[in-house]
Amino acid sequence: MGDYQIKESPEVYDAIVVGSGAGGGMAGYILAHAGLNVLMLEAGPFWDPAKDALQLRWPWESPRRGAGTTRPFGDFDAAYGGWQLEGEPYTTVAGTEFEWFRARMLGGRTNHWGRISLRMGPDDFKPTDGITEEWPISYEEVKPFYDRVDRMIGIYGTVEGYPNEPDGIFMKPPKPRLGELYIARGAKKAGVPVLPGRGAVLTESSPEIKGRGTCFYCGQCGRACKVYGDFSSSSCLVMPAMKTGNLKVIDNAMVREVLTNDEGLATGVSYVDTKSLQEYAVRGKTVILGASACESARIMLNSKSSAHPGGVGNSSGLVGRYLHDSTGASAWGFLPQLLDRKRFNEDGVGSVHIYSPWWEDNKKLRFPRGYHIEYGSGLNMPGYGFLNWVPGAVGMVAGKNGETRDSGGYGALLKQDYRRFYGASIGMAGRGTALARKDNYCEIDPTRVDKYGIPVLRFHYKWANEEVEQAKHMQDTFKSIMHEMGAVVLSSEQGPETKYGLEAPGVIIHEGGTTRMGNDPKTSVLNKWGQAHDCKNLYVVDAGPFVQQGDKNLTWTILALSMRTAEYILEEKKKLNG
Amino acid sequence: MNRRESLKALGLLAAGAGVLTTACNGESAKEARIASETSNKLPGVEDWEHERTQKLLEEKFFTDHEMATITVLANIIIPKDDVSGSASEAGVPDFIEFIVKDLPSNKIPMRGGLKWTDVQCQKRYGNAFIKCTKEQQIELIDEIAYPDKAKPEMQQGVAFFSLMRNLTASGFYTTEMGVKDIGYVGNRPGVWNGVPEDVLKEHGFNPENFLG
Repeated sequence: MGDYQIKESPEVYDAIVVGSGAGGGMAGYILAHAGLNVLMLEAGPFWDPAKDALQLRWPWESPRRGAGTTRPFGDFDAAYGGWQLEGEPYTTVAGTEFEWFRARMLGGRTNHWGRISLRMGPDDFKPTDGITEEWPISYEEVKPFYDRVDRMIGIYGTVEGYPNEPDGIFMKPPKPRLGELYIARGAKKAGVPVLPGRGAVLTESSPEIKGRGTCFYCGQCGRACKVYGDFSSSSCLVMPAMKTGNLKVIDNAMVREVLTNDEGLATGVSYVDTKSLQEYAVRGKTVILGASACESARIMLNSKSSAHPGGVGNSSGLVGRYLHDSTGASAWGFLPQLLDRKRFNEDGVGSVHIYSPWWEDNKKLRFPRGYHIEYGSGLNMPGYGFLNWVPGAVGMVAGKNGETRDSGGYGALLKQDYRRFYGASIGMAGRGTALARKDNYCEIDPTRVDKYGIPVLRFHYKWANEEVEQAKHMQDTFKSIMHEMGAVVLSSEQGPETKYGLEAPGVIIHEGGTTRMGNDPKTSVLNKWGQAHDCKNLYVVDAGPFVQQGDKNLTWTILALSMRTAEYILEEKKKLNG
Repeated sequence: MNRRESLKALGLLAAGAGVLTTACNGESAKEARIASETSNKLPGVEDWEHERTQKLLEEKFFTDHEMATITVLANIIIPKDDVSGSASEAGVPDFIEFIVKDLPSNKIPMRGGLKWTDVQCQKRYGNAFIKCTKEQQIELIDEIAYPDKAKPEMQQGVAFFSLMRNLTASGFYTTEMGVKDIGYVGNRPGVWNGVPEDVLKEHGFNPENFLG
């Protein structure tokens, strides 16, 4: 020990994939199945849902009863990570805000995600309002890849023909829970459409999907699925790719930079083993970054050489720029109609049972684009804090005898109150389009490094009026749905002082845009294939290439685009060999 | 793999084995609870998380007097009734001891609130809370259990009692006894076919056209 030494491997891989989430997983899967010799580097440990998921555990098996002390989404959640990681800081410029969620594990954030799987529509790729730039590709070009992702991974939903909300190849959706029936009825009265949900959960078996079990309705997708009944990159992509014998995973491998030669082409990457702190360099003919939008940007910006003085692939100066998350705001309350409700197993699936696609005409509104609404309700598994709202709600509605008691209480009556109110809560959350702006970005903090000595990211992100107006519209909509369904609102009233409950950027964990694609190398980082304009054997397959996301959660589009990029790489190889 | 094969893969169809049978069996569940509070590390729990939990379990925060007060308060909040046992029978005081170490922002509100309670009782009844009569204890609790009608000078007590009530409910309804009491019947493999028909009818929904 003591000497700084880099271990260099003599092997030259056909491709090195950095990251094992949706983007990296899909690229690795396609390339390994095509016979390429692929090395995948993952910053966290190997993780197999079959063994490591905390699915079907009871609340008492957690000493903190599921509280989110070490895992922000609760003690049973499947993400190793959070918005803050020990020894891996990031900074924000004063007066701006960004929260960066990272999961360090095989499969990354796909192990715990909400499985809500929406395609971006024709207007998302080619906007008709002229407010954001067009993608260099259209929905029609991506559609065949969406179709293949649907069949390969499995998704439930219903064919609706709804504008700019393309249908897919769907399995049957789960039926609504009782609270969701009330929500659907209230929403309809409020003029808000409600559709069955769309989620990456196997509600049916399929001859095209091997080695994965069918959903048995525990409602715990967030804990990852031991029978691989939902989509995690670990179980559905990386492990099957490993089985081909063509893909090797090195875990606990934190990538420092992309290595390049004098001509500026990528020759491999360097990484540090997070356990032993040994430094390594590995060589590959192609380097594919799927480390997450901000992490891939960080790697590129940290990969400086004489050929790439501003970081590899960054001659445009746009790496890290156009960072955008989804907007998010929410409301919740309870339904007096659900008090003292009959008990039954209402776990359902762990993704959405119903949702509302965007329905408004923007010509009448003070903001562009829109949002969808995700709904929740149910006789949910008890967990830390799940009844905290009940004593306060007691005084808001008449009891069985018609009299309203004071809020609070204790003793036998309180026990009856907990039983009475359990399962009566309902919630809704908007997820909308935040505009991709050049002025919202991440860059390398000139003064800080993480515990591995890697320079960290510094964020500069501010919401603008468009996003705030959208959040205001969400709150008005929630209020009107709640009113129409006869719910009692418990979430606090939001106004301009709280940006109408608009979550800080990054909180929704839909960040993208940092290495956007385009036809002009001066105004984009990647071409329409996800290939760096100024480093031809470097590709990005996470949400970095997104020019502008719609209000559709990112993952399905990441999968489709990564598949498309991987097949482009195969075609380019063929051309070279042919 | 169809659903039956899914369950087989989980070991849930084999009699007497697997997650589900363990979970449904009272004795095993109790063992599981104790295990989680001692040394067993569940698969999928990170090493640093486990070490952190172990360290917290070794620490003692509340004094014996504080624990005795917590026990009395918890049983006032959740007493035994026809349906289930009391908070202390469900191990709530031990949970509270753990959770304030796990979420340390609760330490001062809990310690200070317990002291506030004793000081009030000393002034009124000349005794610490646990030494007061049941009637005296309830007299004080009645003044801090109802936020909207509590006097301004009792608001610190209200804040403490609300925290104590929340921690007690969290600790109680997440045990096997509490889960049974509240009537949660999930966390087991099954088939979700929507809301049962009798419930749909009771709530006036059409079983055929439920989104209509």
